[in-house]
Amino acid sequence: MNLQNIIIDSISRSTTHVFSTMLGVQIHSGEVTAEHGTLEANDGLLSFIGVAGGTWTGTGSLTCSPVLACRIHSRMLSTETAAVDQEVLDAVAELTNMIVGGVKTDLEPYLGPLGLSIPTVIFGRNFKTRTAGSTEWIVVKFPWDDEVLLVKMCLASKGKTANAMSPIAGQFCALEV
Amino acid sequence: MESDILVVDDSAAIRKILQRVLRQTGMAIRTIFEAGDGQEALELLKLHKIRLVLLDINMPRMDGLQVLACMKSSPQWRDIPVVMITTEGGESTVGEAVRLGAAGYVRKPCSADQIKEKLAGILEQELLR
Repeated sequence: MNLQNIIIDSISRSTTHVFSTMLGVQIHSGEVTAEHGTLEANDGLLSFIGVAGGTWTGTGSLTCSPVLACRIHSRMLSTETAAVDQEVLDAVAELTNMIVGGVKTDLEPYLGPLGLSIPTVIFGRNFKTRTAGSTEWIVVKFPWDDEVLLVKMCLASKGKTANAMSPIAGQFCALEV
Repeated sequence: MESDILVVDDSAAIRKILQRVLRQTGMAIRTIFEAGDGQEALELLKLHKIRLVLLDINMPRMDGLQVLACMKSSPQWRDIPVVMITTEGGESTVGEAVRLGAAGYVRKPCSADQIKEKLAGILEQELLR
C-alpha cells in the first residue's frame, strides 16, 4: 500500500473519530486534493503541528472559517460561542493535536516512532503560507453543513527535503511501504 | 474526605472538559487546581495537598513524563496516583509512563463517559466513594 493512501485513510479515520468522540458530530471525508508550494491566501484559522521521527519529518494542519471554529468550540465545551477568542483558538489547537496524533499513531507501524510538536494556531485575514522545499500536501475536505474543514498533511524523508532543488524533493507518492 | 485534584494540560479546553468530568464522577472533591505545563504543576504540588493528578504528556517547558519522574522520585509525592492523559499512541510512551509509576492512562480523544469509566477502574479503591 502506498504511503499517500495510508495518510488519506488515516486522516479520514482520525478526523471522523475525533469529531464523533469529542464533539458528538458525525462528519465524513469529501474531496481529496494535493497542494504544492505557496498556497492561496487564507482567511480564518490555520492550526498546525509538526511531526518528526527517524528519517521522516512533516506537518499536519487544520484550516477552517471563524464560524466553523466557533461551532467546534461550542460543541466541544457545550457552550455558546459567538466570536473567536483564546478559548476557541485553544479548542482548535487541541483538535489538531488529537487528529494529527491519530494519524501519527497510524503511521508509526510503517515509519517507526514519531513525535509531535506543540500545536500553533494562526487567526487572521488574507495571509499566505509556504512550506520550504517542494513538499506536497495531501488535503482532505470535511464538509459540515455549510462550512468545510480542511485537514492537510505533508510528510517527506529528511534526506529528500534537504535537497529542495531536486525535482523529486519531498515527493512521497510513489513510495511503497 | 474531600480531595484536592490537579489537572495538568496545556490546553485550557481539555482542562475544562476534565474538570467537568471529574465533578461528575462521584468523587468527593474540594478543589480542582489547573496547571498549563509541568513547571506550574510542580509549583502547585508544593503548595497544596493533592490527592490525584491528571497529567498530559505532550506539554511545553516540562512534559508529563518529566513531571511523573520527578513526582515518583520524591518521598512527598510518590504515593499520589497519576493518570496520564495523552494523544501519544506509541506503546513506548505509554510503557515509559507505566514504568515510571503512572496509575493508568486515558488516551484522547475520549468521551466523558470513557474518561469516567477509566478513572473509576484506576482509582476505585483510592478515591471514589
